[in-house]
Amino acid sequence: MMSYDFDWSSIPGALPFLWQGMQVTLQITLMAILVGIVWGTLLAMMRLSKQRWLSWFAAGYINLFRSIPLLLVLLWFFLILPRLLEGVPGITPGTDLRLSSAMVGFALFESAYYAEIIRAGILSIPKGQQAAAFALGMNYRAAMRFVVLPQALRNMLPLLLTQAIILFQDTSLVYVSALADFFGAAYKVGDRDGRLVELLLFAGAVYFILCYSASSLVNYLSKRMKA
Amino acid sequence: MSYAWHWEVLLQPAASGTDTYLGWMLSGLKLTLMLSLSAWLMALLLGTLLGVLRTVPRWSGVAAVYVELFRNIPLLVQLFIWYFVLPELLPATWGDAYKQLNPYLQQFLAAWVCLGFFTSARVCEQLRSGIEALPPGQKNAGLALGLTLPQTYRLVLLPMAWRLVLPPLTSEFLNIFKNSAVASTIGLLELAAQGRQLVDYTAQPYESFIAVTVFYMLINIVVMTLMHQLEQKVRVPGYGK
Repeated sequence: MMSYDFDWSSIPGALPFLWQGMQVTLQITLMAILVGIVWGTLLAMMRLSKQRWLSWFAAGYINLFRSIPLLLVLLWFFLILPRLLEGVPGITPGTDLRLSSAMVGFALFESAYYAEIIRAGILSIPKGQQAAAFALGMNYRAAMRFVVLPQALRNMLPLLLTQAIILFQDTSLVYVSALADFFGAAYKVGDRDGRLVELLLFAGAVYFILCYSASSLVNYLSKRMKA
Repeated sequence: MSYAWHWEVLLQPAASGTDTYLGWMLSGLKLTLMLSLSAWLMALLLGTLLGVLRTVPRWSGVAAVYVELFRNIPLLVQLFIWYFVLPELLPATWGDAYKQLNPYLQQFLAAWVCLGFFTSARVCEQLRSGIEALPPGQKNAGLALGLTLPQTYRLVLLPMAWRLVLPPLTSEFLNIFKNSAVASTIGLLELAAQGRQLVDYTAQPYESFIAVTVFYMLINIVVMTLMHQLEQKVRVPGYGK
Protein backbone atom coordinates (compact mmCIF):
# COMPACT_ATOMS: atom_id res chain seq x y z
CA MET A 1 0.00 0.00 0.00
CA MET A 2 1.17 3.50 0.79
CA SER A 3 4.92 3.56 0.79
CA TYR A 4 5.43 7.05 2.15
CA ASP A 5 6.71 7.63 5.70
CA PHE A 6 5.31 10.85 7.06
CA ASP A 7 7.58 12.97 9.20
CA TRP A 8 5.96 16.14 10.50
CA SER A 9 8.87 17.12 12.76
CA SER A 10 10.05 20.06 10.65
CA ILE A 11 6.80 21.96 11.13
CA PRO A 12 6.90 22.99 14.85
CA GLY A 13 10.33 24.62 14.51
CA ALA A 14 9.26 26.41 11.35
CA LEU A 15 6.11 27.95 12.83
CA PRO A 16 7.64 31.43 13.50
CA PHE A 17 8.85 31.59 9.88
CA LEU A 18 5.47 30.42 8.60
CA TRP A 19 3.74 33.04 10.77
CA GLN A 20 5.96 35.72 9.21
CA GLY A 21 4.82 34.43 5.84
CA MET A 22 1.20 34.60 6.96
CA GLN A 23 1.74 38.24 7.93
CA VAL A 24 2.97 39.01 4.41
CA THR A 25 -0.09 37.23 3.01
CA LEU A 26 -2.42 39.22 5.27
CA GLN A 27 -0.67 42.50 4.47
CA ILE A 28 -1.11 41.98 0.74
CA THR A 29 -4.72 40.87 1.21
CA LEU A 30 -5.71 43.84 3.37
CA MET A 31 -3.98 46.36 1.13
CA ALA A 32 -5.69 44.92 -1.94
CA ILE A 33 -9.10 44.93 -0.22
CA LEU A 34 -8.77 48.56 0.89
CA VAL A 35 -7.49 49.90 -2.41
CA GLY A 36 -9.77 47.54 -4.30
CA ILE A 37 -12.92 48.86 -2.62
CA VAL A 38 -11.98 52.55 -2.89
CA TRP A 39 -10.62 52.45 -6.45
CA GLY A 40 -13.27 49.88 -7.38
CA THR A 41 -16.05 52.23 -6.20
CA LEU A 42 -14.57 55.08 -8.25
CA LEU A 43 -14.27 52.81 -11.28
CA ALA A 44 -17.85 51.63 -10.87
CA MET A 45 -19.10 55.22 -10.70
CA MET A 46 -17.05 56.14 -13.77
CA ARG A 47 -18.44 53.11 -15.58
CA LEU A 48 -21.96 54.35 -14.84
CA SER A 49 -21.13 57.96 -15.63
CA LYS A 50 -22.78 59.79 -18.51
CA GLN A 51 -19.40 61.21 -19.51
CA ARG A 52 -18.45 59.01 -22.46
CA TRP A 53 -14.71 59.10 -21.95
CA LEU A 54 -14.95 58.32 -18.23
CA SER A 55 -17.14 55.31 -18.82
CA TRP A 56 -14.95 54.12 -21.70
CA PHE A 57 -11.83 54.42 -19.61
CA ALA A 58 -13.40 52.42 -16.78
CA ALA A 59 -14.78 49.80 -19.17
CA GLY A 60 -11.37 49.42 -20.82
CA TYR A 61 -9.60 49.11 -17.48
CA ILE A 62 -12.06 46.56 -16.13
CA ASN A 63 -12.10 44.45 -19.29
CA LEU A 64 -8.33 44.48 -19.64
CA PHE A 65 -7.71 43.26 -16.09
CA ARG A 66 -10.52 40.74 -16.22
CA SER A 67 -9.30 39.13 -19.41
CA ILE A 68 -5.72 38.33 -18.38
CA PRO A 69 -4.45 35.89 -15.74
CA LEU A 70 -3.51 37.30 -12.33
CA LEU A 71 -0.16 35.55 -12.66
CA LEU A 72 0.60 37.60 -15.76
CA VAL A 73 -0.44 40.81 -14.01
CA LEU A 74 1.97 40.02 -11.17
CA LEU A 75 4.79 39.34 -13.61
CA TRP A 76 4.03 42.67 -15.31
CA PHE A 77 4.33 44.57 -12.05
CA PHE A 78 7.50 42.83 -10.97
CA LEU A 79 8.90 43.95 -14.31
CA ILE A 80 7.56 47.50 -14.49
CA LEU A 81 7.53 48.89 -10.97
CA PRO A 82 11.31 48.80 -10.38
CA ARG A 83 11.80 50.59 -13.72
CA LEU A 84 9.19 53.24 -13.00
CA LEU A 85 10.70 53.97 -9.60
CA GLU A 86 14.26 54.13 -10.92
CA GLY A 87 14.66 57.88 -10.43
CA VAL A 88 12.90 58.11 -7.06
CA PRO A 89 15.29 59.13 -4.28
CA GLY A 90 16.04 56.45 -1.70
CA ILE A 91 15.43 53.62 -4.13
CA THR A 92 18.57 51.98 -5.44
CA PRO A 93 18.66 49.09 -7.91
CA GLY A 94 19.24 46.84 -4.89
CA THR A 95 16.01 47.83 -3.09
CA ASP A 96 13.67 44.89 -2.70
CA LEU A 97 10.48 46.02 -4.41
CA ARG A 98 8.84 42.63 -4.61
CA LEU A 99 6.40 43.25 -1.78
CA SER A 100 5.44 46.69 -3.13
CA SER A 101 5.09 45.30 -6.65
CA ALA A 102 2.89 42.50 -5.38
CA MET A 103 0.71 44.95 -3.43
CA VAL A 104 0.29 47.34 -6.36
CA GLY A 105 -0.38 44.49 -8.78
CA PHE A 106 -2.99 42.86 -6.54
CA ALA A 107 -4.66 46.14 -5.68
CA LEU A 108 -5.05 47.25 -9.29
CA PHE A 109 -6.13 43.78 -10.43
CA GLU A 110 -8.71 43.26 -7.69
CA SER A 111 -10.12 46.76 -8.24
CA ALA A 112 -11.45 45.57 -11.58
CA TYR A 113 -13.34 42.71 -9.89
CA TYR A 114 -14.55 44.91 -7.03
CA ALA A 115 -15.71 47.51 -9.56
CA GLU A 116 -18.03 44.98 -11.20
CA ILE A 117 -19.49 43.88 -7.86
CA ILE A 118 -20.02 47.49 -6.77
CA ARG A 119 -21.53 48.47 -10.11
CA ALA A 120 -24.10 45.70 -9.74
CA GLY A 121 -24.71 46.90 -6.18
CA ILE A 122 -25.35 50.47 -7.30
CA LEU A 123 -27.66 49.29 -10.09
CA SER A 124 -29.65 47.25 -7.56
CA ILE A 125 -30.80 50.44 -5.81
CA PRO A 126 -34.09 51.64 -7.32
CA LYS A 127 -33.77 54.79 -9.45
CA GLY A 128 -36.37 56.49 -7.28
CA GLN A 129 -33.89 56.68 -4.39
CA GLN A 130 -31.57 58.88 -6.36
CA ALA A 131 -34.44 60.93 -7.71
CA ALA A 132 -35.73 61.45 -4.17
CA ALA A 133 -32.29 62.58 -3.02
CA PHE A 134 -32.16 65.10 -5.88
CA ALA A 135 -35.67 66.28 -5.04
CA LEU A 136 -34.49 66.94 -1.47
CA GLY A 137 -31.88 69.28 -2.93
CA MET A 138 -28.82 67.02 -2.74
CA ASN A 139 -26.28 67.17 -5.52
CA TYR A 140 -24.87 64.02 -7.20
CA ARG A 141 -22.04 63.59 -4.70
CA ALA A 142 -24.26 63.93 -1.68
CA ALA A 143 -26.89 61.62 -3.17
CA MET A 144 -24.26 58.97 -3.83
CA ARG A 145 -22.61 59.37 -0.47
CA PHE A 146 -25.64 59.53 1.81
CA VAL A 147 -28.30 57.64 -0.08
CA VAL A 148 -27.15 55.26 -2.80
CA LEU A 149 -23.75 53.93 -1.69
CA PRO A 150 -24.66 53.10 1.94
CA GLN A 151 -27.56 50.93 0.74
CA ALA A 152 -25.58 49.45 -2.13
CA LEU A 153 -22.66 48.52 0.13
CA ARG A 154 -25.01 46.80 2.53
CA ASN A 155 -26.56 44.76 -0.29
CA MET A 156 -23.25 43.67 -1.71
CA LEU A 157 -21.44 43.02 1.56
CA PRO A 158 -21.60 39.21 1.23
CA LEU A 159 -20.17 39.37 -2.30
CA LEU A 160 -17.41 41.76 -1.26
CA LEU A 161 -16.43 39.43 1.57
CA THR A 162 -16.50 36.37 -0.68
CA GLN A 163 -14.23 38.20 -3.10
CA ALA A 164 -11.91 38.95 -0.15
CA ILE A 165 -11.66 35.22 0.58
CA ILE A 166 -10.83 34.52 -3.08
CA LEU A 167 -8.24 37.29 -2.91
CA PHE A 168 -6.70 35.76 0.21
CA GLN A 169 -6.30 32.48 -1.67
CA ASP A 170 -4.93 34.18 -4.76
CA THR A 171 -2.10 35.85 -2.85
CA SER A 172 -0.33 32.48 -2.95
CA LEU A 173 0.54 33.38 -6.56
CA VAL A 174 3.26 35.77 -5.36
CA TYR A 175 5.21 32.51 -5.32
CA VAL A 176 6.30 33.49 -8.86
CA SER A 177 8.46 36.26 -7.39
CA ALA A 178 9.95 33.99 -4.70
CA LEU A 179 8.42 36.33 -2.09
CA ALA A 180 7.93 34.42 1.17
CA ASP A 181 4.21 34.74 1.79
CA PHE A 182 2.59 31.91 3.78
CA PHE A 183 2.65 29.47 0.88
CA GLY A 184 6.13 30.57 -0.23
CA ALA A 185 7.41 30.07 3.32
CA ALA A 186 5.86 26.60 3.54
CA TYR A 187 7.40 25.66 0.20
CA LYS A 188 10.83 26.92 1.27
CA VAL A 189 10.78 24.95 4.51
CA GLY A 190 9.61 21.81 2.73
CA ASP A 191 12.25 22.19 0.06
CA ARG A 192 15.01 22.78 2.64
CA ASP A 193 14.13 19.76 4.78
CA GLY A 194 13.15 17.44 1.95
CA ARG A 195 9.64 17.38 3.46
CA LEU A 196 7.66 18.99 0.66
CA VAL A 197 4.81 16.47 1.03
CA GLU A 198 4.15 17.33 4.68
CA LEU A 199 4.57 21.09 4.26
CA LEU A 200 2.29 21.29 1.22
CA LEU A 201 -0.41 19.27 2.97
CA PHE A 202 -0.02 21.47 6.04
CA ALA A 203 -0.33 24.64 3.95
CA GLY A 204 -3.41 23.23 2.21
CA ALA A 205 -4.99 22.38 5.57
CA VAL A 206 -4.33 25.85 6.98
CA TYR A 207 -5.83 27.55 3.93
CA PHE A 208 -8.81 25.23 4.06
CA ILE A 209 -9.55 25.86 7.74
CA LEU A 210 -9.22 29.64 7.39
CA CYS A 211 -11.22 29.97 4.19
CA TYR A 212 -13.91 27.50 5.19
CA SER A 213 -14.45 29.25 8.53
CA ALA A 214 -14.54 32.64 6.84
CA SER A 215 -17.00 31.55 4.16
CA SER A 216 -19.25 29.88 6.74
CA LEU A 217 -19.27 33.17 8.62
CA VAL A 218 -20.17 35.07 5.45
CA ASN A 219 -23.04 32.66 4.78
CA TYR A 220 -24.30 33.11 8.31
CA LEU A 221 -24.11 36.90 8.03
CA SER A 222 -25.87 37.05 4.69
CA LYS A 223 -28.67 34.82 6.00
CA ARG A 224 -29.06 37.07 9.02
CA MET A 225 -29.10 40.19 6.86
CA LYS A 226 -31.89 38.79 4.72
CA ALA A 227 -33.97 37.86 7.75
CA MET B 1 11.87 56.17 -19.52
CA SER B 2 13.99 55.22 -22.49
CA TYR B 3 13.41 51.80 -23.89
CA ALA B 4 14.58 50.49 -27.24
CA TRP B 5 11.67 48.73 -28.90
CA HIS B 6 12.61 45.79 -31.09
CA TRP B 7 9.44 44.07 -32.20
CA GLU B 8 11.34 42.32 -34.99
CA VAL B 9 13.00 40.20 -32.31
CA LEU B 10 9.87 38.06 -32.28
CA LEU B 11 10.55 36.97 -35.85
CA GLN B 12 14.20 36.14 -35.28
CA PRO B 13 15.29 32.51 -35.10
CA ALA B 14 15.09 31.29 -31.50
CA ALA B 15 17.94 29.76 -29.52
CA SER B 16 16.67 26.29 -30.38
CA GLY B 17 17.57 27.06 -34.01
CA THR B 18 14.59 25.52 -35.72
CA ASP B 19 11.93 28.02 -34.74
CA THR B 20 11.35 31.75 -34.29
CA TYR B 21 10.52 33.31 -30.92
CA LEU B 22 7.01 33.88 -32.20
CA GLY B 23 6.92 30.16 -32.91
CA TRP B 24 7.76 29.47 -29.26
CA MET B 25 4.92 31.70 -28.23
CA LEU B 26 2.48 29.98 -30.57
CA SER B 27 3.49 26.59 -29.21
CA GLY B 28 2.76 27.98 -25.73
CA LEU B 29 -0.60 29.19 -26.96
CA LYS B 30 -1.34 25.73 -28.34
CA LEU B 31 -0.52 24.14 -24.99
CA THR B 32 -2.68 26.67 -23.12
CA LEU B 33 -5.59 25.86 -25.42
CA MET B 34 -5.11 22.09 -25.20
CA LEU B 35 -4.81 22.17 -21.42
CA SER B 36 -7.77 24.47 -20.88
CA LEU B 37 -10.10 22.73 -23.32
CA SER B 38 -9.36 19.22 -22.06
CA ALA B 39 -9.70 20.36 -18.43
CA TRP B 40 -12.99 22.08 -19.34
CA LEU B 41 -14.32 18.83 -20.77
CA MET B 42 -13.46 17.03 -17.55
CA ALA B 43 -14.94 19.82 -15.43
CA LEU B 44 -18.20 19.73 -17.39
CA LEU B 45 -18.65 15.97 -17.07
CA LEU B 46 -17.63 15.75 -13.43
CA GLY B 47 -19.37 19.01 -12.52
CA THR B 48 -22.64 17.86 -14.08
CA LEU B 49 -22.54 14.58 -12.21
CA LEU B 50 -21.81 16.36 -8.93
CA GLY B 51 -24.36 19.07 -9.60
CA VAL B 52 -27.04 16.40 -10.02
CA LEU B 53 -25.92 14.60 -6.84
CA ARG B 54 -26.03 17.94 -5.03
CA THR B 55 -29.80 18.10 -5.64
CA VAL B 56 -30.49 14.51 -4.57
CA PRO B 57 -31.04 14.58 -0.77
CA ARG B 58 -29.21 11.35 -0.15
CA TRP B 59 -26.00 12.39 -1.94
CA SER B 60 -26.09 16.12 -1.40
CA GLY B 61 -23.74 15.98 1.61
CA VAL B 62 -20.99 14.15 -0.25
CA ALA B 63 -21.09 16.60 -3.13
CA ALA B 64 -21.08 19.53 -0.69
CA VAL B 65 -17.89 18.26 0.99
CA TYR B 66 -16.27 17.93 -2.43
CA VAL B 67 -17.21 21.47 -3.39
CA GLU B 68 -15.99 22.99 -0.13
CA LEU B 69 -12.71 21.09 -0.36
CA PHE B 70 -11.89 22.36 -3.83
CA ARG B 71 -13.19 25.88 -3.25
CA ASN B 72 -11.30 26.64 -0.06
CA ILE B 73 -7.75 25.70 -1.04
CA PRO B 74 -5.83 28.02 -3.38
CA LEU B 75 -5.42 26.72 -6.92
CA LEU B 76 -1.63 26.93 -6.68
CA VAL B 77 -1.58 24.79 -3.52
CA GLN B 78 -3.87 22.26 -5.19
CA LEU B 79 -1.57 22.10 -8.20
CA PHE B 80 1.49 21.50 -6.04
CA ILE B 81 -0.35 18.80 -4.12
CA TRP B 82 -1.29 17.01 -7.35
CA TYR B 83 2.20 17.38 -8.76
CA PHE B 84 4.50 16.88 -5.75
CA VAL B 85 2.42 15.12 -3.10
CA LEU B 86 0.07 12.69 -4.78
CA PRO B 87 2.70 10.62 -6.63
CA GLU B 88 4.34 9.96 -3.23
CA LEU B 89 1.10 8.84 -1.63
CA LEU B 90 -0.06 6.52 -4.41
CA PRO B 91 0.76 2.82 -4.18
CA ALA B 92 4.46 2.50 -5.04
CA THR B 93 3.93 0.90 -8.46
CA TRP B 94 1.57 3.68 -9.57
CA GLY B 95 3.78 6.42 -8.21
CA ASP B 96 6.80 4.99 -9.98
CA ALA B 97 4.92 4.56 -13.23
CA TYR B 98 3.94 8.24 -13.07
CA LYS B 99 7.50 9.34 -12.35
CA GLN B 100 8.81 7.39 -15.30
CA LEU B 101 6.60 9.25 -17.74
CA ASN B 102 8.01 11.96 -19.95
CA PRO B 103 8.42 15.03 -17.67
CA TYR B 104 6.27 17.18 -19.97
CA LEU B 105 3.51 14.60 -19.78
CA GLN B 106 3.79 14.55 -15.97
CA GLN B 107 3.37 18.32 -15.85
CA PHE B 108 0.48 18.26 -18.29
CA LEU B 109 -1.34 15.47 -16.44
CA ALA B 110 -0.97 17.17 -13.06
CA ALA B 111 -2.17 20.51 -14.45
CA TRP B 112 -5.05 18.85 -16.31
CA VAL B 113 -6.35 16.94 -13.30
CA CYS B 114 -5.88 20.00 -11.08
CA LEU B 115 -7.79 22.40 -13.33
CA GLY B 116 -10.45 19.79 -14.06
CA PHE B 117 -11.22 19.06 -10.40
CA PHE B 118 -10.95 22.72 -9.37
CA THR B 119 -13.36 23.89 -12.06
CA SER B 120 -15.76 20.95 -11.63
CA ALA B 121 -16.55 22.19 -8.11
CA ARG B 122 -17.61 25.51 -9.61
CA VAL B 123 -19.59 23.93 -12.44
CA CYS B 124 -21.33 21.77 -9.81
CA GLU B 125 -22.54 24.83 -7.88
CA GLN B 126 -23.75 26.59 -11.03
CA LEU B 127 -25.65 23.56 -12.21
CA ARG B 128 -27.18 23.02 -8.80
CA SER B 129 -28.52 26.56 -8.77
CA GLY B 130 -29.84 25.98 -12.29
CA ILE B 131 -31.67 22.81 -11.28
CA GLU B 132 -33.01 24.43 -8.12
CA ALA B 133 -34.28 27.40 -10.12
CA LEU B 134 -36.62 25.13 -12.11
CA PRO B 135 -40.20 24.97 -10.82
CA PRO B 136 -40.65 21.80 -8.71
CA GLY B 137 -43.58 20.90 -10.98
CA GLN B 138 -41.16 19.92 -13.74
CA LYS B 139 -39.67 17.11 -11.71
CA ASN B 140 -43.08 15.99 -10.45
CA ALA B 141 -44.49 16.03 -13.96
CA GLY B 142 -41.59 13.88 -15.18
CA LEU B 143 -42.14 11.36 -12.41
CA ALA B 144 -45.92 11.41 -12.91
CA LEU B 145 -45.41 10.52 -16.57
CA GLY B 146 -43.74 7.33 -15.40
CA LEU B 147 -40.14 8.36 -15.96
CA THR B 148 -37.61 7.08 -13.44
CA LEU B 149 -35.63 9.64 -11.46
CA PRO B 150 -32.50 9.29 -13.66
CA GLN B 151 -34.70 9.63 -16.76
CA THR B 152 -36.37 12.72 -15.31
CA TYR B 153 -32.96 14.31 -14.83
CA ARG B 154 -31.69 13.29 -18.25
CA LEU B 155 -34.76 14.14 -20.30
CA VAL B 156 -36.47 16.95 -18.39
CA LEU B 157 -34.35 18.73 -15.79
CA LEU B 158 -30.86 18.75 -17.25
CA PRO B 159 -31.77 20.02 -20.74
CA MET B 160 -33.51 22.97 -19.11
CA ALA B 161 -30.92 23.58 -16.38
CA TRP B 162 -28.10 23.51 -18.91
CA ARG B 163 -29.61 26.22 -20.99
CA LEU B 164 -30.35 28.36 -17.94
CA VAL B 165 -26.82 28.26 -16.53
CA LEU B 166 -25.01 28.88 -19.79
CA PRO B 167 -24.17 32.54 -18.99
CA PRO B 168 -22.49 31.81 -15.62
CA LEU B 169 -20.76 28.79 -17.20
CA THR B 170 -19.30 31.12 -19.82
CA SER B 171 -17.50 33.00 -17.10
CA GLU B 172 -16.14 29.74 -15.66
CA PHE B 173 -15.01 28.79 -19.15
CA LEU B 174 -13.14 32.09 -19.44
CA ASN B 175 -11.62 31.51 -16.00
CA ILE B 176 -10.16 28.16 -16.94
CA PHE B 177 -7.96 29.76 -19.63
CA LYS B 178 -6.73 32.34 -17.14
CA ASN B 179 -6.24 29.76 -14.40
CA SER B 180 -4.21 27.56 -16.74
CA ALA B 181 -1.37 30.10 -16.43
CA VAL B 182 -0.74 28.64 -12.98
CA ALA B 183 0.67 25.55 -14.71
CA SER B 184 3.76 27.60 -15.57
CA THR B 185 4.81 27.29 -11.91
CA ILE B 186 5.47 23.56 -12.28
CA GLY B 187 7.41 24.14 -15.49
CA LEU B 188 4.76 23.52 -18.14
CA LEU B 189 5.69 25.69 -21.12
CA GLU B 190 2.28 27.20 -21.79
CA LEU B 191 1.69 30.77 -22.93
CA ALA B 192 2.71 32.63 -19.75
CA ALA B 193 5.80 30.47 -19.28
CA GLN B 194 6.88 31.06 -22.87
CA GLY B 195 6.50 34.78 -22.24
CA ARG B 196 8.87 34.58 -19.28
CA GLN B 197 11.28 32.41 -21.21
CA LEU B 198 11.35 34.94 -24.04
CA VAL B 199 12.29 37.68 -21.58
CA ASP B 200 15.35 35.66 -20.59
CA TYR B 201 16.36 34.85 -24.15
CA THR B 202 15.66 38.12 -25.95
CA ALA B 203 16.12 40.68 -23.14
CA GLN B 204 13.10 42.50 -24.63
CA PRO B 205 10.62 42.12 -21.74
CA TYR B 206 7.94 44.54 -22.92
CA GLU B 207 7.49 43.08 -26.39
CA SER B 208 7.21 39.60 -25.01
CA PHE B 209 4.76 40.47 -22.21
CA ILE B 210 2.65 42.64 -24.49
CA ALA B 211 2.42 39.79 -26.98
CA VAL B 212 1.36 37.33 -24.26
CA THR B 213 -1.21 39.80 -22.93
CA VAL B 214 -2.65 40.25 -26.42
CA PHE B 215 -2.92 36.48 -26.88
CA TYR B 216 -4.86 36.11 -23.63
CA MET B 217 -7.16 38.97 -24.65
CA LEU B 218 -7.74 37.31 -28.03
CA ILE B 219 -8.67 34.03 -26.34
CA ASN B 220 -11.08 35.99 -24.17
CA ILE B 221 -12.72 37.76 -27.10
CA VAL B 222 -13.06 34.60 -29.20
CA VAL B 223 -14.55 32.58 -26.35
CA MET B 224 -16.96 35.37 -25.43
CA THR B 225 -18.13 35.77 -29.02
CA LEU B 226 -18.67 32.04 -29.51
CA MET B 227 -20.44 31.60 -26.20
CA HIS B 228 -22.65 34.59 -26.90
CA GLN B 229 -23.76 32.99 -30.15
CA LEU B 230 -24.38 29.71 -28.37
CA GLU B 231 -26.42 31.51 -25.70
CA GLN B 232 -28.61 33.10 -28.37
CA LYS B 233 -29.10 29.77 -30.06
CA VAL B 234 -30.10 27.69 -27.06
CA ARG B 235 -32.02 30.31 -25.10
CA VAL B 236 -35.31 28.92 -23.84
CA PRO B 237 -37.96 30.95 -25.74
CA GLY B 238 -40.24 32.85 -23.42
CA TYR B 239 -38.88 31.29 -20.22
CA GLY B 240 -38.90 33.49 -17.15
CA LYS B 241 -40.93 36.29 -18.67
